[in-house]
Amino acid sequence: MASHPGRLSPAAVRIDGLVRSFAGRRVLDGLELTVRDGEFVALLGRSGSGKSTLLRALARLDHDVDGEGGLTAPEDVSVVFQDARLLPWKRLLDNVVLGLRAPDAEERGRAALAEVGLAGRERAWPVELSGGEQQRVSLARSLVREPRLLLADEPFGALDALTRIRMHALLRTLCARHRPAVLLVTHDVDEAIALADRVVVLDRGRIAADLPVRLPAPRRAGGPGHARLRDRLLAHLGVDLDEPGIEADADADADADTGVGADDTGAGPGRESGRESGHGSGAASTPAHDRAAEEIPA
Amino acid sequence: MSVDAPVRRTVPSASRAGGGNAAKARPRRAAGRRLGPGRPVPYGWVLGPALLFALWAAGAAAGLIDPRALPAPWTVAATAGDLIAEGRLQDHLLTSARRAVLGLLSGVAGGLLFALVSGLSRVGEALVDGPVQIKRAIPSLALIPLLILWFGIGETMKVVTIALGVFVPVYIHTHNGLRAIDNRYVELAETVRLGRAAFVRQVVLPGALPGFLLGMRFAVTSAWLALAVVEQVNATSGIGYMMELARTYGQTDVILVGLVVYGLLGLVSDGLVRLVERRALSWRRTLAG
Repeated sequence: MASHPGRLSPAAVRIDGLVRSFAGRRVLDGLELTVRDGEFVALLGRSGSGKSTLLRALARLDHDVDGEGGLTAPEDVSVVFQDARLLPWKRLLDNVVLGLRAPDAEERGRAALAEVGLAGRERAWPVELSGGEQQRVSLARSLVREPRLLLADEPFGALDALTRIRMHALLRTLCARHRPAVLLVTHDVDEAIALADRVVVLDRGRIAADLPVRLPAPRRAGGPGHARLRDRLLAHLGVDLDEPGIEADADADADADTGVGADDTGAGPGRESGRESGHGSGAASTPAHDRAAEEIPA
Repeated sequence: MSVDAPVRRTVPSASRAGGGNAAKARPRRAAGRRLGPGRPVPYGWVLGPALLFALWAAGAAAGLIDPRALPAPWTVAATAGDLIAEGRLQDHLLTSARRAVLGLLSGVAGGLLFALVSGLSRVGEALVDGPVQIKRAIPSLALIPLLILWFGIGETMKVVTIALGVFVPVYIHTHNGLRAIDNRYVELAETVRLGRAAFVRQVVLPGALPGFLLGMRFAVTSAWLALAVVEQVNATSGIGYMMELARTYGQTDVILVGLVVYGLLGLVSDGLVRLVERRALSWRRTLAG
């Protein structure tokens, strides 16, 4: 997410009128979405909005589900699940290289473990690790395959707040290095803003909002623009923020459009809500301000 | 030991509350009384058997136990020595062990094979599981008359009887283990694109291993049970035959030697399975210590 992907980079994911139904109920209802190569998209939505269904469709895990519509996704997809999902009977290295068919698989596995800060633990069993460490192994398992598309289903939802902050930093570093297209499902608005190039809100099986995040690299809650974007996303999620002033409005108003500029980058045929403030396309104007508050390494 | 351990624990807290004497006067009324069974007694598992053995020896020495009903421990030991010196015990043991091992191996192989067929495919389950459940409802030993008609009274009948007894627990527990494999792991295998063979090797078999080993423990027990029965029905050799022969001559001491041998065989084989279990399942024992 260090750089916004160029408008012309090819689409890694192209979804066109996707429908998925369970027992007659349309969970995905004509969904349109495009994710470009190297783009980091966060998918927000309330429970039951179809986030996981979409992710499972992209991961080709929806075998017996009724549906129709166009879905183009690359062959090399990796999934990070909410639980680390390590095979308990395999040592860490064997978990990382599970199913990896390459002559230098072991070497790459070691390198991937080192990347997530677990060098030297190759022979450990999963039960010996903390939750955060297990999720790091799961990240290593996903990235060792150099996927074109990385799907993550609330990968940090089960972690404590401190570990989650560290994992955000790690995920940003890793994605900046490997540059897969990322679709991160989350219900945490701050997580979405902290990580993504673009935040998509899913509601009743359709895209309800599609907002690019134009905040400077070290994004910190409370920074200018951040609060604005946060409130708008929360509004789309049906959270009513009538209570005034929690998010330092004066600050946010001053930079009203610095963080948020809705345009059509990569979105499907722009949904009305996705372009609600079409005039603002200002790039990050106060990077110094944001950086002063840095505490998470990018 | 277990009795005064909690007493010692209560003293410091009680004296801090005021008055060491009071603590000594009614130590067990102090707060924080332990409700669990407490710390284990060292070598506690020997205690019961040792007491039983002592009663047996004392009763025999005092002449309270009729030696025709239950000979003294030293008589049994001397008889065992004689049988070993004559070579009879080893011969019988070897014959019995061969039957048990053959039956065990073929039963385990069959149970494992059927469990895999029925655990890995729905068609296999439809074909295999029903008949096995029916077989399970019939006690294996009730099949002996039929097996004698089919196979005669030779070794084949004995091995088949043992194998049938072993087959059921291995099948049931392995099949259970296979079915209990978390669907999340199946999804994972799909997302990392494991092939069918790799999936079976890396996910299914290790996942079903705990179930299989549990089945093995039951299987070993049923193997010895079936062995004891077939050797007393129609045999001319083996530990069971030795005991049956001893019965006709009223040699209680020989019968006891046979029982001790069966007991040792059971203990050793169960210990072996547990050893394998500890090795093979080390991945989940690391935290248990």
